[in-house]
Amino acid sequence: MSVIAAEPPIAPAQPRGAQLRRFARRNPTIVAGGIILTIITLMAIFAPLFTGDAITMHPAQRLRPPSDVNLLGTDHLGRDIFARTVYGARVSLFVGISVATMSITIGLMIGLMSGYFRKVDLVVMRLMDGLMAIPAILLAIALVALTRASVSTVIFAITIPEIPRVVRLVRAVVLSVREAPYVEAAIAGGTPTWKILLRHIVPNTIPPLIVQATYICASAILIEAALSFLGAGTPPEIPTWGNMIAQSRLFLSRAPWTIFAPGIALALVVLAVNLLGDGLRDRLDPRLARRM
Amino acid sequence: MLTYIAGRLASTVLVMGIVAVFVFLLLHLSPGDPAAIIAGDNATGEQIAAIRRQLGLDDALPVQFLRWVTAVLQGDLGISIFSNEPVAKLISQRIEPTLSLALTTMTVAVTLAVSFGVLAAWKVGTIVDRALMVLSVIGFSVPVFVVGYMLIYVFSINLRWLPVQGYSPIEQGLGPWIERLILPSIALGLAYVALIARITRTSMLEVLAEDYIRTARAKGVANRSMLLKHALKNAGVPIVTVIGIGVALLIGGVVITETVFNIPGVGRLVVDAISKRDYPIIQGVILIFSGVYVLVNLAVDLTYTLLDPRIRY
Repeated sequence: MSVIAAEPPIAPAQPRGAQLRRFARRNPTIVAGGIILTIITLMAIFAPLFTGDAITMHPAQRLRPPSDVNLLGTDHLGRDIFARTVYGARVSLFVGISVATMSITIGLMIGLMSGYFRKVDLVVMRLMDGLMAIPAILLAIALVALTRASVSTVIFAITIPEIPRVVRLVRAVVLSVREAPYVEAAIAGGTPTWKILLRHIVPNTIPPLIVQATYICASAILIEAALSFLGAGTPPEIPTWGNMIAQSRLFLSRAPWTIFAPGIALALVVLAVNLLGDGLRDRLDPRLARRM
Repeated sequence: MLTYIAGRLASTVLVMGIVAVFVFLLLHLSPGDPAAIIAGDNATGEQIAAIRRQLGLDDALPVQFLRWVTAVLQGDLGISIFSNEPVAKLISQRIEPTLSLALTTMTVAVTLAVSFGVLAAWKVGTIVDRALMVLSVIGFSVPVFVVGYMLIYVFSINLRWLPVQGYSPIEQGLGPWIERLILPSIALGLAYVALIARITRTSMLEVLAEDYIRTARAKGVANRSMLLKHALKNAGVPIVTVIGIGVALLIGGVVITETVFNIPGVGRLVVDAISKRDYPIIQGVILIFSGVYVLVNLAVDLTYTLLDPRIRY
């Protein structure tokens, strides 16, 4: 909700409620995406308070259709789909946020170096070109296949292919800002390099990076689900949406809810993050907004 | 112009070289002994030693790399650990379904996406434009496998219009071939259509704001001719660029789509290789797919001059 707090007070005399309404009217996608995400995040955090057991199997109650007892039915091992879907949000959100944070942090550092120091640039950009030429899902598959499957491996494997995109973005900002008179003035004034980078250049990268972070988060959630689905991701005993779909795919005709519940949850979260990203882009990065 | 093409070719070779280094190092810099990884959890010491010898893992890294690259350049992608067959042969046996799926999806998706984008730009601000853009965000958000299972459930299981899964080779008749490619192509193409339609719309909007479009309108040029001849042609460069970049989306999607629809293509090959830890196959497929991606984007760069004669190198 810090986004709302950041809204500059246009008419200070207005009551807070009117301000919020005006913000919602002008930024419907940010509000819609934000509300969906907040609800899902709260559900994921407080899952034990309102859902049943997601792990225990009840073979006698396998493939039950949705009912009062099992809100979204049960899977082929008699596990409650509603509970598993809610718990699945934990892994997806955790992976999405971790990948976004890590790739932005690493990409920012590499991008700053690459944009500011010419010699670093030549080598780094060629490496990034090479990394970008490998399709993200395949690179992630290869990285996970090499190590033992765990949530942290998956996060690492999805972060690596996202880094080059961040590096390119940061580098482009640095290259344009570096020529700005105030940066030249700082250089002429003898400001130490680290201070120029931190105080004059990094702030310019923040708005596009926030937008980029939401897109990375959406793509990370999709790739995590795809990896789990392909059997190259989170270990099968952890309930994730990809795992649930992979384990239920033989029962599509008999028990479609076993696939559609996690599938719709997944699509909804990604949609919410994308809406948030589009809204933030229109607000924070007008130059990009015109292009997309 | 020639110097540009030469430069672009050189940088393509460089990028592929770097990809090769990455793909090679993936296996060799991973924690643990690559031979033990390939051999699996239940391997004996002797089996591991045999794999070490087979792969020449006892030599220095640069020596191994050179040997590997030389082999790859001669079309030798190594031997599958599991089936003991050459990886290149395994891939070529399975290339037809994958190529069929990718090419049909691309053709249909680009045609649809460009039409949608032009339509949205022409009707900008109307309900048609809004609806198309909402659909594009949704298309971008629903994962390939979720769309795939929904399509199978509706069109194959409930309505029984189309076969559930599988692939029918093209030499066994065009009908079954098309029939079995319809649903996979829709599932695979959705995100691609969404991406291209968005860029087409934006690019068209920019061009439609130009003076010469107003002149054409004032002259009374027919809408269709104005949109296609005057506007779309000039909006082409960003559209072609995103078609090239989006190929990465298709390649990743192919792997998933083939699993959902049980299509015996290169994607299935690599997914099966994951569970068996058949690393030479994973390496080979990544190398080939990356190569295709790089070459497609090279082709895209070279078409710029055809699309826009003002671009001179």
